[in-house]
Amino acid sequence: MEQMRANGSAISFEQGETVLSALKRAGIRVPTLCHIECLPPVGACRICVVEDTATGQLIPSCSFPAAPGLSVATHSVKALRARKTIVELLLANHPDDCLYCDRNLTCDLQKLAEELGVRQRRITGERIAQFVDNSSPAIMRDPEKCILCGKCVRTCEEIQGVSALDFSGRGSKSRISTAFDRSLNLSTCVACGQCVMACPTGALTERSSLREVLNALQDPKKTVVIQHAPAISVSLAEEFGLPAGSDIMGLMTAALKKIGFTAVFDTSFSADLTIMEEATELVERVKGGGVLPMITSCSPAWIKFAETFYPTVLPHLSTCKSPQQMLGAVIRHYWADTQGLDKKAVYSVSAMPCTAKKFEAEREEMLVKGAPDIDAVLTTRELAKLIRMYSIDLGKLEPVACDLPFGERSSAGKLFGASGGVMEAAIRTAHYLITGRELENLVVAAVRDGEGLRETTLTLGGLTLKAAVVSGLGSARKVLDEVAAGKSPYHFIEIMSCPGGCINGGGQPRGLDRDNVKKRLAALYAIDAAATLRVSHKNRAVADLYGKFLGKPGGHLSHELLHTTYQARTDLL
Amino acid sequence: MNTMTEQVLTRYPGAGRDKLIPILQEVQETDGYISKEAVALIGRHLGVPASKIYGVATFYNQFRFTPKGKYHIMVCRGTACHVKGSADILERIERALKIKAGETSRDGLFSIEVVACIGACGLAPVICVNGEYHGKLTGDAVEKIVKSYQEREAAHGN
Ligand code: SF4
Ligand code: SF4
Ligand code: SF4
Ligand code: FES
Ligand code: FES
Repeated sequence: MEQMRANGSAISFEQGETVLSALKRAGIRVPTLCHIECLPPVGACRICVVEDTATGQLIPSCSFPAAPGLSVATHSVKALRARKTIVELLLANHPDDCLYCDRNLTCDLQKLAEELGVRQRRITGERIAQFVDNSSPAIMRDPEKCILCGKCVRTCEEIQGVSALDFSGRGSKSRISTAFDRSLNLSTCVACGQCVMACPTGALTERSSLREVLNALQDPKKTVVIQHAPAISVSLAEEFGLPAGSDIMGLMTAALKKIGFTAVFDTSFSADLTIMEEATELVERVKGGGVLPMITSCSPAWIKFAETFYPTVLPHLSTCKSPQQMLGAVIRHYWADTQGLDKKAVYSVSAMPCTAKKFEAEREEMLVKGAPDIDAVLTTRELAKLIRMYSIDLGKLEPVACDLPFGERSSAGKLFGASGGVMEAAIRTAHYLITGRELENLVVAAVRDGEGLRETTLTLGGLTLKAAVVSGLGSARKVLDEVAAGKSPYHFIEIMSCPGGCINGGGQPRGLDRDNVKKRLAALYAIDAAATLRVSHKNRAVADLYGKFLGKPGGHLSHELLHTTYQARTDLL
Repeated sequence: MNTMTEQVLTRYPGAGRDKLIPILQEVQETDGYISKEAVALIGRHLGVPASKIYGVATFYNQFRFTPKGKYHIMVCRGTACHVKGSADILERIERALKIKAGETSRDGLFSIEVVACIGACGLAPVICVNGEYHGKLTGDAVEKIVKSYQEREAAHGN
């Protein structure tokens, strides 16, 4: 560690570190707009300037290397004025739409304007009227609110390996666009929502389904039910100012009941169901000479990614629907009957940490006789909005349990919320299916904790299986290139679209702060460690569903309701 | 049309990003514009996403993304023409045809391109329609010219 000075005190830094990162460690906050922590700095927005006290010059802290002897003032009058001017320039052609904006009170630009004391429009720039793009079922783009920070472009390209968006035009006509300014639904966008997480303004948001859900809740002819994904209960707390990693399962369920959902189900239940189907499929493929490696299919942005960029890999995808769609199917085609309800009178909502789930629910492959199994998908952020809208004070609620039969879950199902979780759950069950015995140590440490490629080799009875886990679509490309070339060493691969898995999904509390994601991850592992039911195949409610309705895993009815097909999408630009 | 792009690409075996601009120029020369299909092919050849190619191409004024119209109107925005009010001329044409520079009308009849000095400064401000020069223009005059082409078409059509 070496030393530099900030605001008169010594702070330490490591070789090669930037001033910003040294300041952060020292607990000194400097605002940023274009900086993405896990990517190389670009120094585009200059909001992060600090004053070099020796020269009086302003330097961009996010891209300036820390050096011994360097001394900076982070909040000198000069630095503050410069930041304020930058914000004023950004606002010069910005709409005054805060009151009507999805980001009102959570917007980075708005917050900066407030912090820096912007009280009037000093600079007025020419505004170019642009259309809101609401063509995608998942992502909305309002270009007039864009400040051209480029974070979406870099996230989409460098983290997700998709490159649906880029800068186009020049000068005052610079804008973020898809190829040929096509609407998002005709672009290669896979709806992952990572750009939404990155965007500092309201230029990128999910396409909200709140209005539809509210209408359904008011409709006396409808029975409205909701399911919530494994990652939600450990993420929602942050939207209410509670510490990251708090598990508020019981309170959330209580809140949803209060809002008027007739039943609150846990998608972790159908994660267990997915494992029964998927482990069965894997064993069949391995024993019956099917297409290997088999790749997981629960992440809908990954599905669209495969369909767009790796159509030849599609036969490798498990045919299992995702847990959302499996639960949607059994709610409508089984549960409704058990309640004496008309299938069509059930309005099925799902709360997901994901924007791509909105796209998934609308896929034509998911329609049964033209009707969807899931009627509306809410992101974690929308769920929080819904709870606020009903003026519910979480602190005043008594926790309640989810409704049966789809409330019982193993902690293996809960692990679906993290990258590596599907693999871990599948390994636990595949071991049992093949050997008839439980794994001695249920924790599969090799696939835990991390974003890059993790692999493990398992010996199950006489079988040796190589498995790999990867998250973040950009990181998945290497593994997929191998599969496409027929050179993959693996039997089973788990791919999650978002770096770290659903706990960092595109529908989660905004921001790219990975510290919070780590806390959500720790919460999931703590739930697993404390659980008594830790394997999907021992979930009695799942066994019961097979006994009463589905028959056996991989059976006829399963194939009809719980499995799906994919389509190559080579026409997208 | 694809095959034309493919022919261009065969002249750039194993090329990388740095060859993007010359390839775009050649494709525009052979096809008259940069089509979506061409971008898809170029992208695959160079390993560059379509959004990037479009981003680069829109940075320069020289590329167009729709085929030229039957009547291709080049509006000079060189210095001499600028001084003589070519901005107005351009605006009048755009308004008369309801398209912007770089675009083609829906019926495929007209397209507008902005060019630098076309060497007829003595006649400034100048436009050139399919090789036919019209000089010393005023807003009204240029509107008449556009109308005359439209009438010519209507007459042919009937
Ligand atoms: S993006 Fe931010 S600053 Fe712009 S209108 Fe929305 S809340 Fe206001
Ligand atoms: S949703 Fe994902 S794929 Fe689509 S533009 Fe955003 S980052 Fe790119
Ligand atoms: S859309 Fe958002 S993330 Fe993308 S450049 Fe604009 S402000 Fe930045
Ligand atoms: S955050 Fe440093 S230049 Fe944008
Ligand atoms: S400037 Fe227009 S012809 Fe020379």
